[in-house]
Amino acid sequence: MKGFVIRRLVGLFLTLLAASLVVFAVLQILPGDPATLMLDTSARPDTLAALRKQLGLDQPAWWRYLLWIGGLLRGDFGVSYTYSVPVSELIAQRVQVTVPLAIMSICLSTSIAIPVGVLAAARRGRAADAAVMGVAQFGVALPNFWLGILLILVFAVAYPVLPAGGFAGWEKGFWPAFRCLILPAFALALPQAAILSRVTRSAVLETLGQDYVRTAHAKGLSGIAALWRHAVPNALIPVVTIIGLQFSFLLAGTVIIENVFTLPGLGRLVFQAIAQRDLIVVQDLVVLLAGSVILVNFLVDLAYLGLDPRISREGAR
Amino acid sequence: MKPAWRSGNLLIGGTITALILAMALVSLVWTPYPPTKIDIIHKLADPSAAHWLGTDPFGRDVFSMIMAGARSSLSVALIAVLVGAGLGVPLGALASARGGWVDNLVMRSTDLAFAFPALLTAVMITALAGPGAGNAMLAIGIFNIPVFARVTRGAALAVRELDFVMAARATGHGEFAIMLRHVLPNISAVLLVQVTIQFALAIIADAGLAYVGLGTQPPFPSWGRMLNDAQTYIFKAPLLAVFPGAAITTAVLGLNLLGDGLRDLLDPRLSRSR
Repeated sequence: MKGFVIRRLVGLFLTLLAASLVVFAVLQILPGDPATLMLDTSARPDTLAALRKQLGLDQPAWWRYLLWIGGLLRGDFGVSYTYSVPVSELIAQRVQVTVPLAIMSICLSTSIAIPVGVLAAARRGRAADAAVMGVAQFGVALPNFWLGILLILVFAVAYPVLPAGGFAGWEKGFWPAFRCLILPAFALALPQAAILSRVTRSAVLETLGQDYVRTAHAKGLSGIAALWRHAVPNALIPVVTIIGLQFSFLLAGTVIIENVFTLPGLGRLVFQAIAQRDLIVVQDLVVLLAGSVILVNFLVDLAYLGLDPRISREGAR
Repeated sequence: MKPAWRSGNLLIGGTITALILAMALVSLVWTPYPPTKIDIIHKLADPSAAHWLGTDPFGRDVFSMIMAGARSSLSVALIAVLVGAGLGVPLGALASARGGWVDNLVMRSTDLAFAFPALLTAVMITALAGPGAGNAMLAIGIFNIPVFARVTRGAALAVRELDFVMAARATGHGEFAIMLRHVLPNISAVLLVQVTIQFALAIIADAGLAYVGLGTQPPFPSWGRMLNDAQTYIFKAPLLAVFPGAAITTAVLGLNLLGDGLRDLLDPRLSRSR
């Protein structure tokens, strides 16, 4: 068990290192010189050279990579080219929007999908199952940014109960900020819930056919008790896997959804930084997001240990 | 054992997909109005006999734009899937045939690729390399490569264990010939299903990129761009935000149903309905 965790941690670190190298290399290859963009095309060559020197862009690429990665390891994200403030400050502001949004979406989609999926499995082949799966089929096809616009149409335009966009900030209290995130969270969560409910349904159907569920019935447990005590817990592994995988889609989704609802989150910061060729911010953000995807998948693997003791024994071998 | 509501998947999905495809093809030769024609006098018109889905703020015919949008959406998705399958399938096949460090390298690379949220990275690539349909195709295509590599490897490994592959090997066929003549034909069903899934995802990704202004560039219409433009007029003309999204959803729904139907038809073991 311990060996398993350590091996996974080493793998996690190496993946992250490789990811940072890929991001850095891609940003070197793609066109766009930060210094030229910050001044403008009419700037004199010596002014440009001075700015490049000031930003450290005159150094060779491998050295800049080492400086950057060395800083990251010490928790130093560097200084934004355009804002001249530490990138960590920029990120700290934006995280206050994106992280609550992501957590709300995951909670929403999970709390919708699991009961619905279990219901569909328990009522397999009947009207409730057909209805749930029909709606899910439709939900999977729904692009979250269009759903966002539709939610704005209904809850901000036709019945103006929630804001169509913008963010009030947490300092003005919980509710004003929270209500700005409700529509975006639903827009992100509902298509995910559609996928998750289908996975839940087929996972529960699988465990419902197992011997231990039949045993539970045989020893006199009611259908509902057998379902929730035996079939559902054993169906959780594929469900947790998908929740982990969806985290990556969720992060990517916030990039677009934050544009739909003009939320000042990490996604919008990525856009601004790219537009201004604030490469250090882009690098930091992409590595941060990739890092959180890697971390979540690691946590999912750890969750398996709790959910299925057989795995740790295999891992220890 | 199949529930009745599922058996129509292939038919419904196939019909929707065929209709969207037909719409894209017809738009090459005919649309009710030229999709880029500005007619400011008739701007923001409601749906009518003259303009089936109304007109946008520039007086362009929305139905014509949706038709032309189908063309740009399908072509971006098609190229993206071709790029993904064209590179991913050989990589996966190679990994399964060679095993060892080649397999390890391919698999670890796909792990790495999956760490990057695909759409986010596509945004980064298109924004830096220059917005446009061409870069959108590549950016979406890159993230299809690891998907196809994994699916191909997994399916190929299973098939390579079967007796007829042993027989082919025993009769002296080379690895390459075995892969081409015995393994790939036997996993084509799995790959075909994956193609429909990736095609649907590519349509959503393309619309997302176009929505944030990084996909197909105006004046050529794209569904995502139309949604973005519509958001500006959401109070005046809410219907404008409905039609392009409905087009995206219909196309994706059609492809997903087609994929489910194909899966049920070609490989009952993979069927989700069991």
